[in-house]
Amino acid sequence: MTDTTAKPGLTDESEGMSYLDGGFRKVVTVYMPLALIMVVLIFPFYWMVLTSIKPEDQLIDMDKYNPFFVVGPTMKHISKLLFESNYPQWLWNTMYVSVIATFLSLIASVLAAYALVRIRFRGAEMVGAAIFLAYLVPPSILFIPLATIIQWYGLFDSPFALILVYPTILIPFSTWLLMGYFKTIPYELEECALIDGASRFQILFKIILPLAVPGLISASIFSLTLCWNEFIYALTFLSSSHNKTVPVAIVSEFVDGDIYRWGSLMAGALVGSRPLVILYSFFVEHYVSAMTGAVKE
Amino acid sequence: MSQMTASGRASGRAERTLWQRLSHDRNFLGLVFMIPAAAILLMFLAYPLFKGVWLSFTDAKIGRDGVWIGLENYEWLWDDKIFWLSVFNTLLYTIVASVFKFAIGLYLALLLNEKLPFKAMIRSIVLIPFVVPTVLSAIAFWWIFDSQFSIISWSLKNMGLINENINFLGDPNNARASLIFANIWRGVPFIAITLLAGLQTVSPSLYEAATLDGATRWQNFWYITFPLLTPIIAVVMTFSVLFTFTDFQLIWAMTRGGPVNATHLMATLGYQRAIMAGNLGEGSAIATAMVPFLLCAIMVSWFGLQRRKWQQGGRDD
Repeated sequence: MTDTTAKPGLTDESEGMSYLDGGFRKVVTVYMPLALIMVVLIFPFYWMVLTSIKPEDQLIDMDKYNPFFVVGPTMKHISKLLFESNYPQWLWNTMYVSVIATFLSLIASVLAAYALVRIRFRGAEMVGAAIFLAYLVPPSILFIPLATIIQWYGLFDSPFALILVYPTILIPFSTWLLMGYFKTIPYELEECALIDGASRFQILFKIILPLAVPGLISASIFSLTLCWNEFIYALTFLSSSHNKTVPVAIVSEFVDGDIYRWGSLMAGALVGSRPLVILYSFFVEHYVSAMTGAVKE
Repeated sequence: MSQMTASGRASGRAERTLWQRLSHDRNFLGLVFMIPAAAILLMFLAYPLFKGVWLSFTDAKIGRDGVWIGLENYEWLWDDKIFWLSVFNTLLYTIVASVFKFAIGLYLALLLNEKLPFKAMIRSIVLIPFVVPTVLSAIAFWWIFDSQFSIISWSLKNMGLINENINFLGDPNNARASLIFANIWRGVPFIAITLLAGLQTVSPSLYEAATLDGATRWQNFWYITFPLLTPIIAVVMTFSVLFTFTDFQLIWAMTRGGPVNATHLMATLGYQRAIMAGNLGEGSAIATAMVPFLLCAIMVSWFGLQRRKWQQGGRDD
């Protein structure tokens, strides 16, 4: 390949495939921009961690101490958060709502995806398209009418409101994701089972689901993330402090008057994102495939 | 199996109960399997969607059912400067943020597609902004953009570039820029990782062939990478535009629409009018006014997908 680029007359000889071997050039065109972008992407998170372990005086005095580092880190903010506030309760609420909503929507999505891909009832394609469109309906245009509906059902200020509403975000996504997985499972397996007299439910639970475990994991991780991240419904439907989820509680309960408790606020943000970051670090491959798979389908 | 069912039904054999027949009927089974998903989506998605439009034609308040007042809410909004400011803000926010997100996202995807050491680790670090809940990272940005203790102001001051602290969130234009920055920060990883997945499906032999024909790096990108990536770009950008346009949490956590409504998006204004002030009808009108824009975004996605068919060797256009 380098032979061809050695020809005179090709002015762009250093371009093409040979740039892959370049040393200094690669540092300038690849490593430096990449490092810069990574620093910007990671910095707010670093700042969050740093602020949450900084003693109060270092937070305010930026001349005596270099603010980019911490001298004598403290666990005060975090322990205050965990032992002197409602934070554990909010964390529990978030987890409880997320897990149940994820579970419900997983069941609904598995059934729907199976029906759409394999039962192929009349109108299945149209229903599939409708579910895709449902994914495009943002919560921002639904929260007002939903608030009146929630009120009407008597679910206002109850975690059940969120448990019932979150699946509207999760089902379209999970169904779409699972349809992709189900399509990859050979139809012959199912035919054999049908001939042996298995019912559709048996086929689904004994043949399809065990083979679609990666898809189920992706769908649940993604659903949990979406629930954890959800804000506008939780803000609208919940009012009493002990029912709130972490994102809402941080914004509405932790900012008291003029004195922002930055240390605890950052500690709250840090602890609140912890479970997701841990979950995701174990399943990063699933996560990426879920994200890209959903778009490619 | 299905033949047996058919013959059984034809001869009218008595021992085939209704249940047995139904359990082999595609349409019936499909219906049963769809019930849970359909029930939730109809009750909490389709119904509210229509109810929202209906509410926008009423004067409903919190705790009081409204009566039909026709277009009055919309007429009122038409003369409302704050509403138009929020439309302007939303468009500005969406367009600027999306353009930057796309440019940086694509650039980052191309960088990540190079041969790199620690590729998996770099990729997981890049995804962190996407994993951390938006509100929580918005709080971190709030602190970074603090008027007194901003680390950015501090650094610039120490470098001797500025003398005064920058009032990031207190000045209308600074506040808009700060929010757009935070939104770009949050959105880039998703776009980059998705486009990276798209890049990895492009066959290296295409580049080899082009390079042998004397194509430059830029030509490689413009005539191979970009056209092959168009369908995935269309989908990703539709989602990005859709969610940027309807963004709520970032603004609510950082500025709540202030200073002097300079950062109100349609979603935050709708929340303020409907939930905080209690004018459900008016808030619904604002939310409904977002629908035409969303339909435009969906159309873009649709045409992107159309082009995909042609790439998979289907009907040419």
